[in-house]
Amino acid sequence: MAHRSALRVTNWPHFEPKRREGLTAGIRILHYVSTTFSYNVVDPHYLPTTKSSQRSTSKGNTVKKKALGAVVSALAIAAMLAACSGGGGTNSDKGTSPKLTNCTNKMVYKDAPQVSVWAWYPNMAKVVDNFNKAHKDVQVCWNNVGQGNDEYTKVQTAISAGKGLPDVVMLEADHLSSYEIQNALVDISKYGADKVKDNFSAGAWKDVSQGSSVYAIPVDGGPMALIYRTDVFEKYGITTPPTTWEEYDADAAKVKAAGGPVFGDFGANVPAEIMALQIQKGAEPFKYDLKDPKKLSIKLDDQASKDVLDYWAGLVKKGLVGTQDQFTTDYISGVVGGKYATYTSAAWAPGYLTGAGVGVGASKGVWAVAPLPQWDKANPVSVNWGGSAFAVTSQATNKKLAAEVAMGLYADPDSLADGWKNQVIFPLNQSVLKSEEFINNKSEFFNGQTANKDVYIPAENAYKGFVYAPITVYYYAQLQAVAVKINAGKISGADAATELQAKIVKYAKSQGFTVSEK
Amino acid sequence: MANVQAIPAPSPLRGSGAPSARKGTARGSGRRMRSLTGWLFVGPFAVVFLVFLVAPLGYAFYLSLFSKGLATGTIFSGADNYIKAFTDPSFLSGIWFVVRFALVLIPVQMLVSLSLALVLDAITTRFARFARLMIFLPYAIPAVIGALMWGFLYSPTFGPLQQLFGLFGASAPFPLSPDNIFGGLMNVVTWQWAGYYMIIIYAALQGIDPSLYEAARIDGANARQVALRIKIPMVSSALVLILVFALIGTLQFFTEPAILRLVSNGSITPDFTPNLYAFTQAFSYANFNYASAISFALGIIVFIAVYIFLFLTRKRGSILS
Repeated sequence: MAHRSALRVTNWPHFEPKRREGLTAGIRILHYVSTTFSYNVVDPHYLPTTKSSQRSTSKGNTVKKKALGAVVSALAIAAMLAACSGGGGTNSDKGTSPKLTNCTNKMVYKDAPQVSVWAWYPNMAKVVDNFNKAHKDVQVCWNNVGQGNDEYTKVQTAISAGKGLPDVVMLEADHLSSYEIQNALVDISKYGADKVKDNFSAGAWKDVSQGSSVYAIPVDGGPMALIYRTDVFEKYGITTPPTTWEEYDADAAKVKAAGGPVFGDFGANVPAEIMALQIQKGAEPFKYDLKDPKKLSIKLDDQASKDVLDYWAGLVKKGLVGTQDQFTTDYISGVVGGKYATYTSAAWAPGYLTGAGVGVGASKGVWAVAPLPQWDKANPVSVNWGGSAFAVTSQATNKKLAAEVAMGLYADPDSLADGWKNQVIFPLNQSVLKSEEFINNKSEFFNGQTANKDVYIPAENAYKGFVYAPITVYYYAQLQAVAVKINAGKISGADAATELQAKIVKYAKSQGFTVSEK
Repeated sequence: MANVQAIPAPSPLRGSGAPSARKGTARGSGRRMRSLTGWLFVGPFAVVFLVFLVAPLGYAFYLSLFSKGLATGTIFSGADNYIKAFTDPSFLSGIWFVVRFALVLIPVQMLVSLSLALVLDAITTRFARFARLMIFLPYAIPAVIGALMWGFLYSPTFGPLQQLFGLFGASAPFPLSPDNIFGGLMNVVTWQWAGYYMIIIYAALQGIDPSLYEAARIDGANARQVALRIKIPMVSSALVLILVFALIGTLQFFTEPAILRLVSNGSITPDFTPNLYAFTQAFSYANFNYASAISFALGIIVFIAVYIFLFLTRKRGSILS
């Protein structure tokens, strides 16, 4: 129930260190004021206007003094509230001072100009320190304001507010165009982004650019593969992992017939993955070019999209895959407990699973990875789920400096090595992708398998890039909604695709796009 | 009594009656001073009220008159957003859900809290005090934490429900599945709020003159009749009050679905309740204008619902009269 105060707290998009500082400062002022009734203990920094009330302290007029007290406390409250409300953007104090407060990290070179960054990589603290130690001319002030949607909510609010964005922000490629169309991101090709172009594969570069414009520098990618449990496969006599989706279906039926666990999971809350699986069969959900920003082509109900949804709807109906939302405690405990024989996921999954407690104890050494099953074995298609990049925002004070950070952050060998060795990222930087150490690395999670060489590097190299619409958040929410219906058995995959198409087209039109449904 | 006597005593600063011409200026300035002091005391509240309630309301209303598309920019649209809201199936289904929810939840909640209050009022052992505290306790737990906790209790993997059913080799129903979500949420809300309402009713019960019970007993009323014929009518204004609280709270249902959404496996959609829908529109889809219109539309509905309700109960409640 919406108790008013609870409502406000949860509605509030940011609750960050600065706000709390402001609050404590405000309370401190209030405390001083209420105990002494005197203006001079109040830090003039907070209450510059109390100067005018100086005269009343000289005379002992009680009424005046009380009135003064009231004025001062009113001002104190106003100051406190101002302090509370001023924190919408942590680093919004533009221009006047290059020094940023409330960074999570400590500066190495305190006099250097600073660039604020939002990012959620698990090893970001190390990455920022590496960057700051290597750069005397610029320092990164980093904050983690949430992962994925949590951050996007804040980014979107700051864009709408016109202030509050950091200089550099970590974004997934599928969200770039939503912000590009709002002019929230800077084309960094003019700040030398082309110089680092050769560090990345063509697909990775396509994901972050629009024609010759570049809106972000890629860091990690998510080439998809089939992670599976060797113990379950052995027990139910599956000698080789499925290479096509037909085999996947057959193997799933075989395991189930033998009384085994479900084969995989069709989580409704991972629409990015569902979209990737549709694209794998040849779907082309959106066509969009920022050169003509009002034109959007939407095709979510083509045969390939319908087929993929019907395929999973069929698996769900036959009870061959689970319908549990992913990234939840219930799902992870199921993964640990061997409730799912496979996990169709991206290259960053092992790091995520390890962080969540998978691959230790009973579930240690039972994991292996195989290439993603294909629709057409002769023409394998590689798809991507997730992976992030650093973009420079149009609210950045010094865009050139910010671009330098976007290009240099998480690009040094130490940071990249730390990331891929712990498997929290699958780096896109060719210097790593081509290094012997990376190629021949024996993954601990995959029980010594050379997963990079066998599966992920070929998948990444074959990835051709996706085209995303500038309405990603809405599209994902609706795709999730129809996936929930599929999981509940209320709708067929084909009908879900038709419904989705109608919804997205309607929304895009309401947003002012000229929609083509071809 | 002391107050009544104190009032006629003239205070030198109080301008009682018509001021004489001679003292007019001094008294006038004194009164001005006084009224200024009064404003100063009201000031802190007034500032907060204006800055954080009136101004945002005005701004939200202003926003709701415009519309902004990603590709169109901001244009004045007048009442278009409101027309869109009242024809938007997402908004209407959200309204329909909270109305249904209120119709079922409020009677249940009232019944639970009223019977608890009556029982606690009737017994006077030390256990009563302990029980009162325990029943009130859920209200002291922040709604967000309460919802998180229930999320775990409902979990098909860790939940006690699953373990209980597991004893018999059955699998437990998931209280947040699309079919069970209504009851699942009702349970959380009742757990959270029944104790609070119980305290309100209990306080009202404590305010009843015990001689009424004595008179009733002399007239031959038994305990049940005392409860039904004396106690409940005597606390009816408290009942109206909690009804209004519950009605407003339910129509603005937000916190629990917003928190449980993450573990509901998709049963709680972004347009589950009108408030959740407004939140999603504003902070996920960047449609601040439409979100403002939804919020205002919801506000209008809440206002009308509460007004009708208070009008119907005007003889019992004392809020409108």
